[in-house]
Amino acid sequence: MGAPILELRHVSAAYGRIKAIKDISLVVHPGEVVSIIGANGAGKSTTLMSICGVLPISGGEVYYDGRRIDGLAADLLPSQGLCQVPEGRRIFPRLTVEENLDMGAFFRRDKAAIEHDKNRVFQLFPILLERRRQHGGTLSGGEQQMLAMGRALMSRPRLLLLDEPSLGLAPLIVQQIFRIIREINEVDGVTVVLVEQNANLALQASTRGYVLETGSVILQDEARALLANPDIRKAYLGE
Amino acid sequence: MEVFLQQLVNGITLGGVYALVALGYTMVYGIIQLINFAHGEIFAAGGYMGVILISWMVAQGYPPFVCLGVALALAMGYCALLAMAVEKLVYKPLRSSSRLSVLLSALGMSIFLQNGLMLTQGVYDRAYPGEMVQGGFEIGGAMVSYMQVVIVGVTVFLLVALNGLVFRTRIGKAMRATAQDKTMSALVGINASRIISLTFAIGAALACAAGIMVGMYYGSVRYDMGFVLGVKAFSAAVLGGIGNITGAMLGGLVIGIIEVFAAGYISSEYKDVFAFIILIAVLYFRPTGIMGENVDDTRV
Repeated sequence: MGAPILELRHVSAAYGRIKAIKDISLVVHPGEVVSIIGANGAGKSTTLMSICGVLPISGGEVYYDGRRIDGLAADLLPSQGLCQVPEGRRIFPRLTVEENLDMGAFFRRDKAAIEHDKNRVFQLFPILLERRRQHGGTLSGGEQQMLAMGRALMSRPRLLLLDEPSLGLAPLIVQQIFRIIREINEVDGVTVVLVEQNANLALQASTRGYVLETGSVILQDEARALLANPDIRKAYLGE
Repeated sequence: MEVFLQQLVNGITLGGVYALVALGYTMVYGIIQLINFAHGEIFAAGGYMGVILISWMVAQGYPPFVCLGVALALAMGYCALLAMAVEKLVYKPLRSSSRLSVLLSALGMSIFLQNGLMLTQGVYDRAYPGEMVQGGFEIGGAMVSYMQVVIVGVTVFLLVALNGLVFRTRIGKAMRATAQDKTMSALVGINASRIISLTFAIGAALACAAGIMVGMYYGSVRYDMGFVLGVKAFSAAVLGGIGNITGAMLGGLVIGIIEVFAAGYISSEYKDVFAFIILIAVLYFRPTGIMGENVDDTRV
C-alpha cells in the first residue's frame, strides 16, 4: 500500500480536564472506507473533531496527505480536501438550501466548476433541487443529512469524515445515504472515514474498521473480520 | 395636518440615521453576542472626521457634493479601521472569556474613545460649515429641506447596499453562516476572525455616515454626542429584535418618528426619554422585538 492519506499517532484530546480520547493511532489509505465504531461516549466524534482542528489535541500527531496538520486552524483544512460532515449535520438553519451548498464551496473561486458540482449534488439528491429556496432549518432530518453531504461534496473533498450519517433517520433514507456514500467512494474516489453507532451498517460499507472503547482503540481489523468476530457481534451487533 | 406631515418628514430623517447606527449594534450582536457599547463613540468619531474633512474641503472651494461624497468615503474608511483596531486589541483577546468581561471592556472602550475625542477635539461644539446644502421645498404644507433629502438619500442608499451585501454576496452569506454556527463555518473554510473584523468595519462605516449626517442636520458635533444617540440606536436594535437586520432598520425608523412626534406634541424637553420608555416596554412585553425570532428570514 502507498502512503496513507490520514494518520493519527498517539493522539489524545480533552474537554477541559476530562480526557476524551487517549493515545489513538489510526491509519487511512487513499480509496478506503474506514469505519470507527463504538458505544456512545467512546470518543468517536471527538476523534473527528481533533482531526479537523476544531478541538486542539493535547498529545500526539495528526498527518494528512503526508503533512502534519495538528495545530493548524480548522478553516484551513477544507481547501486541502479534508472535509467533515459533523454530528447532527449542522445545517445553517437560516440560509437557504442553495446558500448552504454555496458555503460548501466557500473557498473556491472556479465559478463554472462550482455550478457543475451543484448540479451533480442536485442529481444525487433531487429533493434538494426542489427545496433549494427553502431555509435549511425547515428540512426534515433525512433531507438535512442529504444537504450536509451535498454541502461537503461542494468542497470537492479527497477525504470525507462522516459522523453518524444514519442517526435518527428512517431505514429507507439510511439505505439511500449509504448508497451514495458508496458511490462517492467508488465513482469519485473520495476516501471516507465513517463514524457510526450502527456498527453492522458501517462495517458492511467499509473496507476496515476501528473499535473505540472509553477513548482508546481496542481493536482494528478488516471490516469482514470484525463482522465475523464473536466478541464484536456480541458487543456491537446486538447478538 | 401640516404639523403632522412636518413631524413625519423630520421623524423619517432622524429615524433613518438611528437605523444606520442600530445596524452596527445588531450585526455585531448577531455574530459575537456582544453589545458593543463603544459603537456610539465610533459614530461621534465619524461626525468629527466629517467636520474636519468637510471644513477643509469647503475652504479649498470644492463644490458641496464633492465635499460630502469624499468626506463620507474617507471618514467611513477611517471609522472602519478604528473599529477593526478596537476589535483586534480589546475584544478579540477576550473571545473565550465570559460575555461579561467583553461587555465591560466595551464600556471601558466607550469611555476611552469619548475622552480621546474630548482631549483631541475639545469640549465645545464644533460647527459644520453652514453653506453646504441650502434651501428646500414645500409639500402639503410641510417644509422639506434639501439637506433632509440628501440625508434620506444617503441613508436609503446605504441601507440598500447593506442589504445587497448581506443577502446577495458570498461574503454576506459567510457572515450569516458565521453568526449561525461558528464551528460549522470553520469546517467549510470560513475564517471567523476575518468575518468578525469585517462585521465591525461595516457597522462602523454606517455609524460614521450617520455621524456626519447628524452633524450636518443639527449643524454641529460634540465629543459626547455618541452616548445618548448610541443608547437610542441600541433601543432601536432591541425594538427590531436584536440580531435582525431588517428589524434594526424598522426599529430605527420607529424610534425616530416617535421621538419627533413626542417632542412636537408632548414636550421637546423630554424627547430623549421616549426611546428609553420604548426600550423598557419592549424588554418587558416583547423581549424578542417586533421582528422577533419567528420572523427569522432576516436574522443574520
